Amino acid sequence: MSTVDDRGAGARRPAPAAAPRPRRGTSRVPVGLLVPAAVGLAALVLPLLGLVVRAPWSTLPSRLAAPGVLTALRLSLETATLATLLSVVLGVPLAWLLARVEFPGRRVVRALVTVPLVLPPVVGGVALLLVFGRKGLLGAWLDSAFGITLPFTTPGVVVAEAFVAMPFLIIAVEGALRGADTRFEEAAATLGAGRWTTFRRVTIPLVAPGIAAGAVLCWARALGEFGATITFAGNYPGITQTMPLAVYQTLEGGDLDGAIVLSLLLLVVSVTILASLRDRWITSP
Amino acid sequence: MTGTRPGPGEPLLDAHLVVERDRFRLDAHLPIAAGEVVALLGPNGAGKTTALRALAGLLPLTAGHVRLGAVTLDDPGHRVWVPAERRHVGVVFQDYLLFPHLSALDNVAFGPRSYGMNRLESRERAVGWLRRVGLADHARAKPRHLSGGQAQRVALARALAVDPPLLLLDEPLAALDAGTRMDTRAELHRHLAEHPGATLLVTHDPLDALVLADRLVIIEDGQIVQEGDAATITAQPRTDYVARLVGLNLYRGQAHDHTVRVGPDFTLAVADAAEGDVFVAFPPTAVALHAREPDGSPRNTWPATIASIQRHGDNLRVQLTGAVTAAADITPAAASHLRLATGQQVWAAVKAVETRTYPVHHGEPEPEPR
Repeated sequence: MSTVDDRGAGARRPAPAAAPRPRRGTSRVPVGLLVPAAVGLAALVLPLLGLVVRAPWSTLPSRLAAPGVLTALRLSLETATLATLLSVVLGVPLAWLLARVEFPGRRVVRALVTVPLVLPPVVGGVALLLVFGRKGLLGAWLDSAFGITLPFTTPGVVVAEAFVAMPFLIIAVEGALRGADTRFEEAAATLGAGRWTTFRRVTIPLVAPGIAAGAVLCWARALGEFGATITFAGNYPGITQTMPLAVYQTLEGGDLDGAIVLSLLLLVVSVTILASLRDRWITSP
Repeated sequence: MTGTRPGPGEPLLDAHLVVERDRFRLDAHLPIAAGEVVALLGPNGAGKTTALRALAGLLPLTAGHVRLGAVTLDDPGHRVWVPAERRHVGVVFQDYLLFPHLSALDNVAFGPRSYGMNRLESRERAVGWLRRVGLADHARAKPRHLSGGQAQRVALARALAVDPPLLLLDEPLAALDAGTRMDTRAELHRHLAEHPGATLLVTHDPLDALVLADRLVIIEDGQIVQEGDAATITAQPRTDYVARLVGLNLYRGQAHDHTVRVGPDFTLAVADAAEGDVFVAFPPTAVALHAREPDGSPRNTWPATIASIQRHGDNLRVQLTGAVTAAADITPAAASHLRLATGQQVWAAVKAVETRTYPVHHGEPEPEPR
């Protein structure tokens, strides 16, 4: 991990997990906090450790080369990235609306935005089918007017992932917008910038760290998406079978070692990408 | 000194600002001529910033109007409203609000670009303005790498780069430390003198107002309480706030010949003969303190109680209560000689010749040259 540059004065950003800070004696940490913290850490790390320990290292290379593994990985990365782009394009304006414009029903809209967070993803998948299915509310019209069908297609995977992951981005960006000093936008107005120019040239750069953080969260959530995807898009290798679905299918087929290999691969790839993104985007001034 | 053009006809800015909010009402007439610098001075919450925001188009008027040259910018009575981004009004904000993600150059180029210049023209214009404020070398610097004084100059350049007919400055020197403030004030004075449009400077620092402005407008509780040139206001304050601002004791009372009754049981002997409703003013340095009742020359004496003692420059400022409240400036030597302490009884004395008396109701006297 490259060195974290902490000069960026005033910029709000998620605290790096391992920020170097002056050491205080660990003896001062109360046992009542230390013990649950250690147990919590173990609960998070032990399962991952289990993956590493149980991995069939000898057959790993051949299993990675097996047909379908890289296909699923590439599909996962592509759909998660597209879902994140879709979320940014739609979610940032929605977050701006929620943070900057007073309109009737704003509280209701804000509550609706967070519904996918609490909804079981499988239920989200069923709901998407009801709307975008061949006989669904919008699906029937999309099919007859444009010949577009979403269920059980790769675009369907993107829609399912975006449905589940976009709230993470909206909440992060709205928080960043509320935390940003609106007087900069007033200054832009006195310099002749309308709302659109101000949004483009002042607001977006000011909240860029918040957008980046939200996008990373969104991408990570989309990459791990399972329930909505399998319900709405099915489990077709090469078309809708992302890594989590491949892990599930391999496990169902009784191939525990195969499932471990796929899981490890997803873990390594996602952690590597997230770590490099955090260093490059979120901590650079 | 800024030349106040004795322009024939209308002032460039013709504003009657009425803003009502909660339990606050601003109601102020603010005409400003081309080339004139007006300081809007007042205590916190008086409505200074509200006035500035209304002129900038960041706050709509409740009533009244804002006209700039031939253009009406705001007139709720006639449903006219020009938003901030089309007003061409330059604003220097209190903490400058330079865009942190843009270089000094791009900050200054922002206005010209927004008003329709292409990238090259706006950058050339920005370079020119940075040169004028002496920061051509810092064009590439981000605001966080600029000192307070430099940031202030970039903010000024940014506001002036759109050739605003009206320039507004909100406490432009408040964020600077004392040393930087002196230099920056002098330079700001030079740029304001060169600005051909109207300039309104909002401040609570009387020194900024005296140095930078041709005319002072003093606002309290949303109302203009006094306006005029610096000499008149410092010589003849008309409210307690203005008197404190310029460091004078101020009383209002009924004059008859060389005496003014300022309280039920308190009469001051004054130098100027007058009749009727008048103000009496004298500086704290004119007040002498004595342990016992003094006698001798014709002077005002009264028993007083020391309410507080504070350092004031090289001297001590003693606040007195009693028949009237007053401030007295005495040397530390005199204070130790008298063994002054809070709560102590003393005799205060002011010579009649140290007082100035002027009527409450009158036409403004001829402005004296500064």
